[in-house]
Amino acid sequence: MKFTSAISAAALAAAFAVPAFSPAFAEVESQDPIRLTTHDWTGQIVNTTILGEILKKAGYNVELVQADYIAQFAGLKTGDLHIATEIWETTGREAMDEATATGDVVNMGEGGMQAIEEWWYPTYMEERCPGLPNWEALNDCAAEFATSETAPMGRYLGGPVTWGGFDEERVEALGLDFEVVHAGTDAALFAELESAYQRQAPILLWIYSPHWSTVKYDGSFVEFPPHTPECYDDPSWGVNPDAAYDCAKPTGPIWKVAWAGVEEKWPGAAEILRNYTLTNDEMGALVVAVDIEDQSIEDVANTWMEQNAAKVDGWIN
Amino acid sequence: MNWRRLIAPRALFWWGLLAVTWGLSSTSFQLYKAFDARWIIRFPKAWELPLETWISDAMRWLLEDATFGLFTFRELTRFISAIIEVPYDVARAALADGFVQGQGSNAVEIAPSLSWIAVIVIMVVLGRVARDWGLALLVGVCFLYLAIFGQWGSAMVTLASVVIAVPIGVAGGLALGILSFRMPWVERALRPVLDLMQTVPVFAYLVPILFLFGFGPVAALVATVIYAMPPMVRVSTVALQTVPPEVVEAGQMAGCTKRQMMWKVLVPSAAPTLMVGVNQVIMLTLNMVIIASMIGAGGLGFDVLSALRRLDIGGGIEAGLAIVVMAIALDRVSQAFSTRLPAEVKGRDLSYVQRHPWFATVFAVVVLTYIAGLFVPTVQDYPDAATLTTSAFWEDAMRYVNVTFFDTFEAIKDVFLTYLLLPVKRFFTGIPWAWGIIAAGLAAARVGGWKLGVMAALMTAFIAANGLWNKAMITVYLCGVSVLIAYAIGVPLGIWAGQNARAHRWVGAFIDTLQTLPSFVYLIPVVMLFRVGDFSAMIAVVLYALAPAVRYAAHGMRAIEPEMIEAGLVSGCTRRQLLWRVKLPLAAPSLLLGLNQTIMLALSMLVITALVGTRDLGQEVYIALTKANTGQGIVAGLSVAFIAIIADRIVSAMARHSKESLGLA
Repeated sequence: MKFTSAISAAALAAAFAVPAFSPAFAEVESQDPIRLTTHDWTGQIVNTTILGEILKKAGYNVELVQADYIAQFAGLKTGDLHIATEIWETTGREAMDEATATGDVVNMGEGGMQAIEEWWYPTYMEERCPGLPNWEALNDCAAEFATSETAPMGRYLGGPVTWGGFDEERVEALGLDFEVVHAGTDAALFAELESAYQRQAPILLWIYSPHWSTVKYDGSFVEFPPHTPECYDDPSWGVNPDAAYDCAKPTGPIWKVAWAGVEEKWPGAAEILRNYTLTNDEMGALVVAVDIEDQSIEDVANTWMEQNAAKVDGWIN
Repeated sequence: MNWRRLIAPRALFWWGLLAVTWGLSSTSFQLYKAFDARWIIRFPKAWELPLETWISDAMRWLLEDATFGLFTFRELTRFISAIIEVPYDVARAALADGFVQGQGSNAVEIAPSLSWIAVIVIMVVLGRVARDWGLALLVGVCFLYLAIFGQWGSAMVTLASVVIAVPIGVAGGLALGILSFRMPWVERALRPVLDLMQTVPVFAYLVPILFLFGFGPVAALVATVIYAMPPMVRVSTVALQTVPPEVVEAGQMAGCTKRQMMWKVLVPSAAPTLMVGVNQVIMLTLNMVIIASMIGAGGLGFDVLSALRRLDIGGGIEAGLAIVVMAIALDRVSQAFSTRLPAEVKGRDLSYVQRHPWFATVFAVVVLTYIAGLFVPTVQDYPDAATLTTSAFWEDAMRYVNVTFFDTFEAIKDVFLTYLLLPVKRFFTGIPWAWGIIAAGLAAARVGGWKLGVMAALMTAFIAANGLWNKAMITVYLCGVSVLIAYAIGVPLGIWAGQNARAHRWVGAFIDTLQTLPSFVYLIPVVMLFRVGDFSAMIAVVLYALAPAVRYAAHGMRAIEPEMIEAGLVSGCTRRQLLWRVKLPLAAPSLLLGLNQTIMLALSMLVITALVGTRDLGQEVYIALTKANTGQGIVAGLSVAFIAIIADRIVSAMARHSKESLGLA
């Protein structure tokens, strides 16, 4: 029966079909749709939607395709997918390098935002642990952060193991009285934060920015000794002469990448992609509008397009 | 329960096995230190099979080099996905997006999608045709819920993929079922394949599917079909085998050819049983909605995921309930079709409309709403202004529970952790791998004969040889504890429901909801209340795996012949004796089947709980998914499947024994 309904609907559609004429909207190299990938976090979807709007404004056809952050590289290599707007230095570097090495994927430059990843605590913890944000204060209040499973050690909630981050090594190198517990996904990570925040309970966890959580919740990043590449490579560097990783996590740009064929097939679009950037502040405002003020992604993208019309026209020409 | 059996000589074997295992488990670390033999607790790296790399290489070869001469393997899979994409696009256009011509900004809408009124009318008519107005009302209310709670657009995207995945799954399943019915060797060859299809976690093969079928909804459809088809194969084989011989003989006497025999005799008379398979395919397809949305299917699954990523718990619950509601509607309609009596054939002298009144009604409504929709937008799309949301309510409820009861929950959790979870975990993770292989073999051989023993030992060895011993033991521990608790809650509930018709209805509704509600919806609140860790994972698994324990216990109770109970009453049993001495022993085979299914569901859920943060095989599969590592995913997935298969065979053998001893077999 469902078949029948689908078929009769199709027949209906055919019966009502108007002879279609579709004049080319603007002079672009190819009318084939450019496929942009969207992942499962709001910031990236807004970012991609805006880029899609810009490309549409320039006359290109655009399709947004949902794809996994890392698995998408397989599609980018074969040309199934064309553009990815956010490859984070901090989490995607390895996969990106592997893909660009094949020559089928091209790095299209920095996207303008800087990724920050670090240990984070809510502001109300400053009363209970006065030395914060300095990392040396952490050991004095490990008991504050302890739970029955980790006591007497404090509990630090790390990101999914796939994010890397060397937190176990950091705890070891800096002699922190903390146990690293890994959340399975970032949904679980922020669920714990929300729960603790509601109860004003102690929590110390991995947070990354740009993200809505740094806007929604009041808090700060722990200040570790500043990161340098030597710190990760050379044990003798830093507070602990015998161990690497005795410093903060690296920060880094968020990259744009594209299928190598984009350059030939849609040279204009490739040019626009190279020009296109968003700053951390812009992204923060966009994400808050969507996730906290409950506006739709399309509305937010359109508002941004109106406000930045001049900049966008500059990128297109 | 007869306690003397626990000290009978037969039981000594089990006590001995347990004692040795416990002894080795608690001393393995000291043994390793004493003999400086690290191989006792860790499988030697040098002996590990490089299976992961082999599979990944094979995959790369398949993707890049494999060719049939005229076309490559990938062109073949891409061709298949292009074929699937055509009907999917039509279904999606009809239900959700509308028909358009041209691409992107040049797109011109030719015809809108079916209006919400038309879809509801179609579903109501389906309900009426399948059974009666009562069912039609239920289905109508279910779909009205989707419109009123603002889930319509996403729900139709999901429905579009159901409308495509189910026929493919059913047709494929029926075809394989017919093959196995005709050729016994096909059945033998298929059985292990089906076992694997049902037990290898979906996450394990998502990556290769993405590579082969491209990114987007089609890959999600393919994964859904793989997951949902096995029951259809099994059901159709059994359905064809159990067609009464009289029917077959009648067909032979009428001079049927082989083809006529199949399509005019066997399949029609097996139709009611086949519909049970169709029902299973529909339910499993809806189970896949969330996972499918992770690889681009969109729809309700995506809404659940994105709501929970924003911690919009209310939004997640609403979208999750929309899936439940849709599942209930489709389940009831397909069940009604399976018990429906063939309709009488109307006279040929009547007009087309008179002969097909329902189809004519649907057609009229579709046309009318199409025309009306052109002028009145609310006919085409349910007005946004009239939608309801309960989001704020859930938000507040969650906050209240969290703030008020967190400390109580924490205390309960500590008790469970200290006295149950941690000791069991220590026991399982302490078992040296070499003894683990032997113990699995011995236990399986004792229950199911030496063949089963060898198989279990080989499968356990496979897990160890791939360096997954420790993660496998954590899997066994988490799964074991969860099954224990699910069983301890589920069986009494089932017994109660089996003896009391009213309880049966309520418990049934509760269980249906638990099973179709995407686990994601309660995963995040559970994490909020119990933090990241094994305990949260355990709660999620228990909630999901409860259903079969309840169902089979209730079924076992209801299937007891009344004469047996009367005999018990006549011999003067008290209520308590009646339950323990008569009913429970008679329901034992059914209870064991329930145990089997509880284990299967618990294992399949463990992969989902990796999203909370566990360190088991589920996590291994999930890591492989996020790193797009085909080999790692498949090896870990096979390990999960092997644990499931060993458990399944052992419990099935126990069920067989208990049936034999009751004289039921």
